[in-house]
Amino acid sequence: MNTIQNRVSEPAVSDELTLVQAAKAGDVGAFEELVRRYDRNVFRIAQHITQNREDAEDVVQDAFLKAYGNLNQFQGQSKFYTWLVRIAVNEALMKLRRRRPERMVSLDEDVKTEEDSLPREVADWSPNPEQQYSQAELRDILSRTIQGLPPSFRTVFVLRDVEGLSTEETAEALDLSIPAVKSRLLRARLQLRDRLSRYFQRRESADGGPKHNGGDGNQ
Amino acid sequence: MKCSEFLHELTNYLDGAIDDRTKAELEDHLAWCHNCYVVCDTTKKTIEIYRDSQLYELPEDLRTRLRTAIVSKCKAKKKVGPESV
Repeated sequence: MNTIQNRVSEPAVSDELTLVQAAKAGDVGAFEELVRRYDRNVFRIAQHITQNREDAEDVVQDAFLKAYGNLNQFQGQSKFYTWLVRIAVNEALMKLRRRRPERMVSLDEDVKTEEDSLPREVADWSPNPEQQYSQAELRDILSRTIQGLPPSFRTVFVLRDVEGLSTEETAEALDLSIPAVKSRLLRARLQLRDRLSRYFQRRESADGGPKHNGGDGNQ
Repeated sequence: MKCSEFLHELTNYLDGAIDDRTKAELEDHLAWCHNCYVVCDTTKKTIEIYRDSQLYELPEDLRTRLRTAIVSKCKAKKKVGPESV
């Protein structure tokens, strides 16, 4: 099995500190380069957490401005990107709390027991399930599926599996322990897999006998 | 190895964060347990599909607009003085 690839390339990290130092010294151009490097990542993370495009736009602006305003607080023990993600996640969670004041939104929530994550649907998938759908349909399916996860699960999933942060970086960015990151990641992955099975499971031919459809009929 | 034990190690297995002995035990389980094989394979596909999905890509025009706004606010803060930003 392949390990997960990081979406922030390593060579980019080597001169990152130089840019941060220049930005600290007042070089806005250097900070603009940092924005160029990470704005797509911050936007993706923010939209995954808030599930709202306008909120995600606000988070991009607020997170970068907060980072700029607090550059002197960045000591360089972690990567700038991990530090920025931490700021962005906090901004995104604040947006989510404002939008859903009736529900407590916390990364500490431990919503369900292990048993709830045990797979219910073990039917195999088609060889290239994503090719059954158009790009737009697929994005809609993926977006609706991940929306159904608790914020604490989808945040860990997006940082680890979409953005490619390491377990340690994810723990640092979310202020969680490593076992907590691993536990949420396992449950997020299994729940997403379970929910996607309704769209992607292998279809039997017409004469192939009865076939349980794990979906809800909204195919 | 029981299926619940396999699932407990699934994330470490998929991430390659596992010692050789445990890996061998997991792969032995996968060789005969079809359900766990399917769960493992489709969980890996789940990760790959999300990673490759280009979900929530930032459109170039919006990207430029956001960056321009951020940079102009940074410049405005800088004029007030570096200590106050």
